[in-house]
Parts: sequence; C-alpha cells; structure tokens
Amino acid sequence: MQKSLRLAGLLSSLPILLLLALVFIAPLLVVFGFSIMPTKTFSLLQWPTLENFETIIGLSYYRSLLWSLGLSSATVVILLLICYPLAFAMAKVFGVFANVIAILVVLTLFVSENIRLFGWVLVLMKGGLLSGTLKAWLGIEMAGLLYNAPVIVFGMVYVYFPFMLFPLTLGISMVPNELRHAAADLGASRWTVLREIDLPLAMPGILVGCMLSFVLCTGAMLESKLLGGQKVIVMADEIETAFTYGQNWPLGSALSVVLIALVGVMAIFVLRRVDLDQILGRTNVQSS
Amino acid sequence: MSGTETSVVLRLEGITKKFGDFVALNGISLDIYDGEFLTIVGPSGSGKTTMIRLLVGMDEPTAGDIYLKGERVNDVPANKRPTCMVFQSLALFPHRSVGQNIEFPLKIRKVAPAARRARAVELLALLRLPADCYDKNVTQCSGGEQQRVALARALAFDPEILFFDEPLASLDFRLRKTLEKELKDLHRATGKTFVYITHSLEEAMIMSDRIAIMRKGRIEQIGTPDQIYNAPTNRFVAEFMGEVNLFRVRATGNGRLEALEIDASLASPDEEAAEGEEGTLMVRPEVIRFLAAGETADCVLEGTIFNEYVLGSRVQYSVRVGEKTLSVEKLREDRYTGEIDTKVLIGWNAEDSRLLGSES
Repeated sequence: MQKSLRLAGLLSSLPILLLLALVFIAPLLVVFGFSIMPTKTFSLLQWPTLENFETIIGLSYYRSLLWSLGLSSATVVILLLICYPLAFAMAKVFGVFANVIAILVVLTLFVSENIRLFGWVLVLMKGGLLSGTLKAWLGIEMAGLLYNAPVIVFGMVYVYFPFMLFPLTLGISMVPNELRHAAADLGASRWTVLREIDLPLAMPGILVGCMLSFVLCTGAMLESKLLGGQKVIVMADEIETAFTYGQNWPLGSALSVVLIALVGVMAIFVLRRVDLDQILGRTNVQSS
Repeated sequence: MSGTETSVVLRLEGITKKFGDFVALNGISLDIYDGEFLTIVGPSGSGKTTMIRLLVGMDEPTAGDIYLKGERVNDVPANKRPTCMVFQSLALFPHRSVGQNIEFPLKIRKVAPAARRARAVELLALLRLPADCYDKNVTQCSGGEQQRVALARALAFDPEILFFDEPLASLDFRLRKTLEKELKDLHRATGKTFVYITHSLEEAMIMSDRIAIMRKGRIEQIGTPDQIYNAPTNRFVAEFMGEVNLFRVRATGNGRLEALEIDASLASPDEEAAEGEEGTLMVRPEVIRFLAAGETADCVLEGTIFNEYVLGSRVQYSVRVGEKTLSVEKLREDRYTGEIDTKVLIGWNAEDSRLLGSES
C-alpha cells in the first residue's frame, strides 16, 4: 500500500519534473557547458577551457558588472522607500480600495515592457512631451532627460514596481494590528513600533520583494538601451552583444555564468544572514 | 479598596461614542478609585470593548471628558498615557523571547540592560514563572505561561492603571479558574488599580472590588459584588447574574403580590408596594426549600420535580409550577430524597426574595 502510494506520487509528479528539467535545468546546463568551450565556437563537444573567464578578467567587463549591481541596488533601495508606505496603506488602511490599486498596478503588466519604455522615451526625450510642453506653456528651455544613469534607475523602478509592492503588501499584512497597538500602549513611538514590530515581522515579505526586484534588475537591459541609450553598458547588454553581434556564444555564456553566480551567492548570503526562522519566531532568540 | 481615603484616579464624565449613527456608549459617567479592582461586565455589543479602547487611548470619545488624575486625557494617544492594557489576544511579540517581551517597556525608557534584566527576573518570580523561561521564545510557552508573560510585560511598564480586555476568555475552564484567583492575588500584591473587562459575571464576582454592569452603551448598575448579587436593580442585571427565578407580579395591596404567569398569590418582601404596581420578583434558587408535610413558609407553591442536576457540592432541581420552570438549588447534604416526577411543595421566606423595578 505504502509503496504503491509512493509510486503513484512519483508518477503523478513526473510530468512536471520532466517539464522543469527540460525548460528550466537544461538551458542552464547548456549555458554552463558553453561557458567552458573555446571562444567563438558553436559546439558543446570540445575540450573544456577557461579562456573565456580569462578574457572576462583581462578586459574591463568588471565595469559593466559594477554598473549592473550599482544600478540594481539603487533601484531596490528606491523601490523599498516608495513601496513601503503604499504597501502599508494597502495592507492596513485602504480596505477594499486596495484592490483597485492592485488592479491598476497589475494592468501595467499587460502592456509589454519595451512599449511602456518607448512611451517614457517620448515623454522624456529632447523636444518630447515633457520638454515640449514646458517650452510651449512656460517658455522654459530644457534638454532631454534621457541618456544618463539616473534615468535607467527611473525606468527600472517603474518596471519592477509591482515586484516589490506585492511581496511587501503580503509581508505587512502578516503583522497583526494588535501587536502594533500593544507596542504603542507600552510607550513605543511610531518609529519604535516600525523598528521593533513592523519591520522584523514583515521581513519575509521585504526580503522576497528586494531579492525579486534585485534579480530582475540585474537581468534588465531594455532600460539601459532605450532610456540610457548605451551611455552605460550593463552586464545584460554585454551578454546580449556577445551572443548576437559578437557571435561568441562561449563568451556570452561565461558572462552569464558570472552574473548568475554573483546574484546567486548574494541571494544565499542575504537569506542566510537574516535567519528566516528567527523572523518567523520559530527559534530561540538570544536577548540583546 | 485599600485604605479608607480613596482618591479618584480615572474619571469619566458623560462619555458618548458614536460610530456613524450607532451609539456605542451613551453618556457614561464613572469614577475609578486608586488601587481598586473594577470589572466592567456586559454581553457582547454592550459597549465594553469600545469603553476600554477609550480608556487606554486607542480611540477618542465623541462627547464627554476623561480625566486621569485630574488631567483631561481625551486626545492623549495610548503611547503617551501612563496606563496599559493586557490584550485579549495578549499581543505578545512572537519574534522576541520572554525576557525581551517583558523588558520591552523598559527598553523604550532606555533602562540599562542589567537593570532591565533584573526587573524581568523579579517579575518572572512574582508571576511564578520559572527563571529559565527568560530565554524561551514566547511562541513556545503554554497558554498559562503566555498569560503570565503578558501580565509581567504590563507590570514592567509600571502603569497607573492596568486594563484587561478579557485575557482569560480563550483558556480552558480549570486554567481560567486558577488564573482568576492569581490575578486577584496579584492585585493585592501590587496594590495597582486594575480595570478588567469580561462578559462573565462569575469571573467578575471572584475578582472584583466593584462591578459595573453594562448594557447597550449604558451602565445598568455599579457596586460591590455583594450589592449586585443581593440587590440587582432590574431584571437584566438579575438575569445576567446567572440562574435566578423571576416572576412577573402585580401588587394587590396588604403586602401580597399576584404572580401573573402562574396564578398564585405570593408574600411581598416590600410592604410598601402600591396596589396595582407591576414589577419583577426575584427568588434565588438557593433560598427555595422543599417543604415536608405540615411545614410552611411565607410563599408556598405546588410543583412537579422535572429533573435533577448534580453540580458538585450542590444539587440543582428544575421544578415545574404550571407553565413555569423554577430552579431550586440545595447543598449536597440537604438534597431532595424523593422521586423525580412527583408532586412537591416548595416555598421561601418573603425576606429572601426581592422586588425589582418594573423596567425589564
């Protein structure tokens, strides 16, 4: 009985396991495989080499990497600052009205990312909607706001807004109101309540939101291309260039592996440092 | 109440609270004395929860004033008031240890860590919690331990008044009985003012110096447990007190009452009642006796014993008199020895019954 049940379980999970192996694991393995193939080749059946990684270290790819990580970090910080108050309001204040906001935010996802970004290009470019309006109505001459690093961050904040907002809302709604009232009743100011009660208890949602938006940002390239106009080359640009113009799959794969490894290590590091069990109140906490 | 000279620590003057058109509290005036254990009792929807929210500062009254030690505190928020509350859910911080929970109010006052710890250990001892609880996570504590931790945390705050919002409601019967007595002992030990909210009058009886009974946003009666037990002002309070026998009566003059539901004439405890005046006669189950042949009492009724319930030290009987079922309660050693479903004579002395006002 027990055995046949296990077999049944295995069998019924088989389709999804196969699908995951095929569409999720296999492409990653192909990328890992290509990263150790000789440069500018198109076959996986060759003697492994580390020359692509030597190229990456030798050339100045570290700049793109730093730009990617820097822009992503800035985006995550700004997203957190913008989304926290809104998420708090959606979880605790707005009631039914929160659903309206949620729908409005989700609606933006129905339009493809590059179309939305082209919209911003038209608004922000020199002689575009914004500068044109200012000139016509107020006579203010203004250069375009495009083609710099801050506008890339702006674009990413805009695009990845939902990916921070919803995990945060979920995290904050997990904090019982009574705990905040009790803390206030025991003399805590608003800031103390935020620091001692809200943030630690909403931390799972905050972490998930930060990780999700950070990972998406490091993989983003449309923002730097369309809004940044190649002023800043980010890692995702480099990877795309290597695969397309460069016709150098092994180099592109090696760059991908570096990015995946870095982001993966950071994710593990963050989740380790902040003990999820402690946040959820499952283990002993040493008193401070 | 401790001491002969009692001072008012919290005064409510004509407190009204409305939510839209709904009047949750309707012109309540109340003095709470320093060091007393006051319990506010009422069924759900009576306004007692709204009341305590106003008292701790989580809400503001629509009209009226609240004075804490003579100072008006209507719009002073909870975190600026020297009072605190033990929540129904206890609201312990799940991400903190027992020690950190208890020290929370001290940490906010920037008390040094060593002093905080010393105070927490002291409070653990006062609440009969083992000292090794200190590092335990609150989520791993039992229900009774969590109650005590919540109390310790509130006491660490050292409030002028300690409020309780039905903290024992979710516990099982035996633990609740134990904690009720412990709470009263704690009140004696600390000498603080306790204001307790519950829907259980029994709980209120055990613990309180004074009880206020609320209904529909008003206080129906306020007094010591004895006063309320012996002299409820109306039918609502009497029924709320637990099982009592109530007769709708009309005075017929010369100290007699006509019972309207069972067609009988009863002796009135109140000789003065004017003829024709209607009211309610309250007879407690324990004052009714089974009359042996030839025995007599001021009021005598004939009925049938319908059933018997053993309550432990006491035994309760339901006796049908006409359409009405009366409740009779005897000590175990005085229990009725006859058969069920037989006719019996029951009776009581007029001075053991009580005539309540006609207001229902």
